Amino acid sequence: MPSIDDYANNVEIQWCPGCPNFGILQAFKKALVELEKTPDQVCLISGIGQAAKLPHYLKCNFFNGLHGRPIPVALGVQTANPDLTTVVVTGDGDCYGEGGNHFIHALRRNPDITVVVHNNEIYALTKGQASPTTPQGEKRTLQVKGVDIEPLNMPAIAILHDCAFVARGFARNIDHLKGLLVEAIQHPGFSYVDVIQPCITWGNRPISWYEDRVRELGEEHNPKDKDAAMALALGDKDEFPIGILYQSEPKDPFGHRYRDAVTDGPLAQMPSLSEDQLHKMLSEFKPGAGRFLD
Amino acid sequence: MEDLNVVIAGAAGEGIQTVGEVLAKTLVAQGYAVFTWKEYESRIRGGLNSYSIRIGEAPKNAPLFKADVLLALNQGAVEKYQDLLKEEGVLMAQEEGKEGVIAIPFEDIAKKEVGKKIYANTVAVGALVGVLGVDLETLKTVLKQIFSSKGEEVQEANYQAAEIGFERAQRDCQDMCPWSLPPRDNTYFFVGGNDAIPIAAAYAGCRFISAYPMTPSTGIITFLSKAQDRLGVFAEQAEDEIGAINMALGAGYAGARAMTATSGGGFALMVEGISMAGMTETPVVVVLAQRPGPATGLPTRTAQGDLLFAINAGHGEFLKLVLAPYDAKDAFQKTVRAFNLADKYQIPVILLTDQLLADAHYSYTDFEPATSASYHLADPSEIDHYKRYHLSSNGISPRLYPGQSAHLVCVDSDEHDEQGHITEDLSKTVPAMVEKRLTKGEGLKNEVAPPEEIQIEDAEVVLVGWGSARAAILESIHLLREEDVKVGMIHFTELWPLPDYRFPENASLLTVENNATAQLARLLRSEFSLSFKENIRRYDGLPLTGEYIRRQFHAQHR
Ligand SMILES: Cc1ncc(C[n+]2csc(CCOP(=O)(O)OP(=O)(O)O)c2C)c(N)n1
Repeated sequence: MPSIDDYANNVEIQWCPGCPNFGILQAFKKALVELEKTPDQVCLISGIGQAAKLPHYLKCNFFNGLHGRPIPVALGVQTANPDLTTVVVTGDGDCYGEGGNHFIHALRRNPDITVVVHNNEIYALTKGQASPTTPQGEKRTLQVKGVDIEPLNMPAIAILHDCAFVARGFARNIDHLKGLLVEAIQHPGFSYVDVIQPCITWGNRPISWYEDRVRELGEEHNPKDKDAAMALALGDKDEFPIGILYQSEPKDPFGHRYRDAVTDGPLAQMPSLSEDQLHKMLSEFKPGAGRFLD
Repeated sequence: MEDLNVVIAGAAGEGIQTVGEVLAKTLVAQGYAVFTWKEYESRIRGGLNSYSIRIGEAPKNAPLFKADVLLALNQGAVEKYQDLLKEEGVLMAQEEGKEGVIAIPFEDIAKKEVGKKIYANTVAVGALVGVLGVDLETLKTVLKQIFSSKGEEVQEANYQAAEIGFERAQRDCQDMCPWSLPPRDNTYFFVGGNDAIPIAAAYAGCRFISAYPMTPSTGIITFLSKAQDRLGVFAEQAEDEIGAINMALGAGYAGARAMTATSGGGFALMVEGISMAGMTETPVVVVLAQRPGPATGLPTRTAQGDLLFAINAGHGEFLKLVLAPYDAKDAFQKTVRAFNLADKYQIPVILLTDQLLADAHYSYTDFEPATSASYHLADPSEIDHYKRYHLSSNGISPRLYPGQSAHLVCVDSDEHDEQGHITEDLSKTVPAMVEKRLTKGEGLKNEVAPPEEIQIEDAEVVLVGWGSARAAILESIHLLREEDVKVGMIHFTELWPLPDYRFPENASLLTVENNATAQLARLLRSEFSLSFKENIRRYDGLPLTGEYIRRQFHAQHR
């Protein structure tokens, strides 16, 4: 049985002291322990940003790639080694801005990965510019007169497209968030958790402002009810219901046809084409044979 | 027999691709060495396109322009392409024209005698086969297999159309065509560039391809997708080229040999990913099938305009390998090599092809792979404390994949330490990592093949070329030597890192390239301090040919 200590490493953490990111890190470790995953079974994929540094602070396999691109990397990893627990750790800039196109298409593909977005409503690493989730009108270091354009509601988009699992968490409710991560990772197909992560350096609102507006969803909400889920996602922008917003009907995961027909194990363990198979294939490029006339 | 060049011309949607393929395969089945290439407009219907079939008794595998026989499927094609006809050439068309035209009313025959206009092109191919004295039965076997999936009725109609065309040609036009192609005993492999690469990839152990459609690269992922269950390569059409390369890198990190394929604009989008492959030391093979640019350029035409772009692709300084195969067989060998070297040196490898190579079909007497897959993943049981970026003397660190063992595999696109964690230790770790990655280049440089030398001993002028231009340059050497011009050839197919090489000192050098700015000359000038005469370039979207090079050569050496 793994313990929290198995996930500890002594890498210096580059987040601001007191950042709610520490809560997300803690929730991650607890969730992995609860899932009885050992570090070698876990692969975290991230892009670039303060959020995307998380994989360095927890002992496991990781690929810290380019800004905006963790989802396609995760898709490649999960396809090549379906035995791994593949989780994307990303920010609102990384995931909804630079990488928005990949997110949208991941909704269509339904890969068996989990995407956890640290949503601080700004670009923190590059010093406080607006992100796709910055509220309209808010003044930012680059948008000095206030943000003109509307924020993007990715949970609503995900529900609209029948994302397998959509949840919202709060970085300060560590145990609640841990529970969501456990459910998200266990859920087959594409699981998406948007985590409210107030920024204590660039944010305009104190953490308490969020704490006052966060509300844990209870039994009254049925995540299978798409209309109710949509209503929650489209609700008052200054309110944050947290919990599982939506779960779609079960659907085929990305790559299932290949797994059925070819292999459901790691691709690295598949033998390459034999000489015989090759010669057979090549002989079809001679007159009289199949492919020659394809 | 001198090689015969048959050109089929018509509008997109008229089936010239099918007619061309049927005829080419019929001729291969008849025992001839056939080379085909096509030039076409970027549209689905209309326009005017051509499909050239070079027929010989031994493989030459080089494009020709001038036609001995031109089959024009419509009047526009007659007008656009009749200048291609050699003086003694024969035109086959629907309508009678000037003297010597083999007039066969394909459409009329198809409508009246077969029942539908769409069979006109099969009537035409039947007629062409008849005129050339090729076996009707051979044609019918080819037709059978090509149309077998379309149902009995369609197949029968095609037979009938071919027979009528054949008989009409035999009856009326037999003596109008001076060539006859009786059956021969030879059998050749008949392989396209975009067939050789995917098969070689599967043979090299590639297990994953993600790509976004872009002419002329699309055939590669299409082939692998169609053959997914048989070849076992997972094929995914990505949302864009950025997604494509990042998926391939994810798969590569997770231990699967992975590739992507694209053309200029898509490659431009991949460049950040190529840089990440260099930084994270993740193997990946990227096919860059060139077409004329900039921007969207000429989507369906050919060029060698991205040599310097490929070599310089990616911000920052890192190692990559650039290979430019010259034909389908060479593309096969280089694809296997690309996967092996990408794995061994943990680097991105770019396979530089172009529309000519992608779309052309080549004949070979044999098609044996020169190399097979060699794998370079480390053995986890031999490692106590694993560090993904362990500093070693040759710069290569043992590579494991996540989930392979209890060892954790941590990689980072930030500058990192041996464990793969972000570092800003400027005094020690950063320079050590930069040097580690570049040190790998010393080993790689020793593996790069020197250029091929042809007839340079007595050469006064040496034509220096690269990639798919080889066959045309060879043909030009042959033509020029017949005129007693002492020319030789030096040909590069491994272009970065450049191999150690001594150029001949007494001959004058010029490059022959399918681009406007003589990029190879620029590269060699800076790397070898050479000087070049006025280089031969072609940049109208069409491939170099021996005859084109010969003419340009004389124009410059008057
Ligand atoms: C291609 C590219 N563009 C821009 C950047 C600069 N950049 C790094 S992180 C970042 C924004 C990060 O925002 P977010 O993902 O919300 O993470 P946070 O730092 O707020 O946690 C930007 C713009 C980059 N690294 N790469």
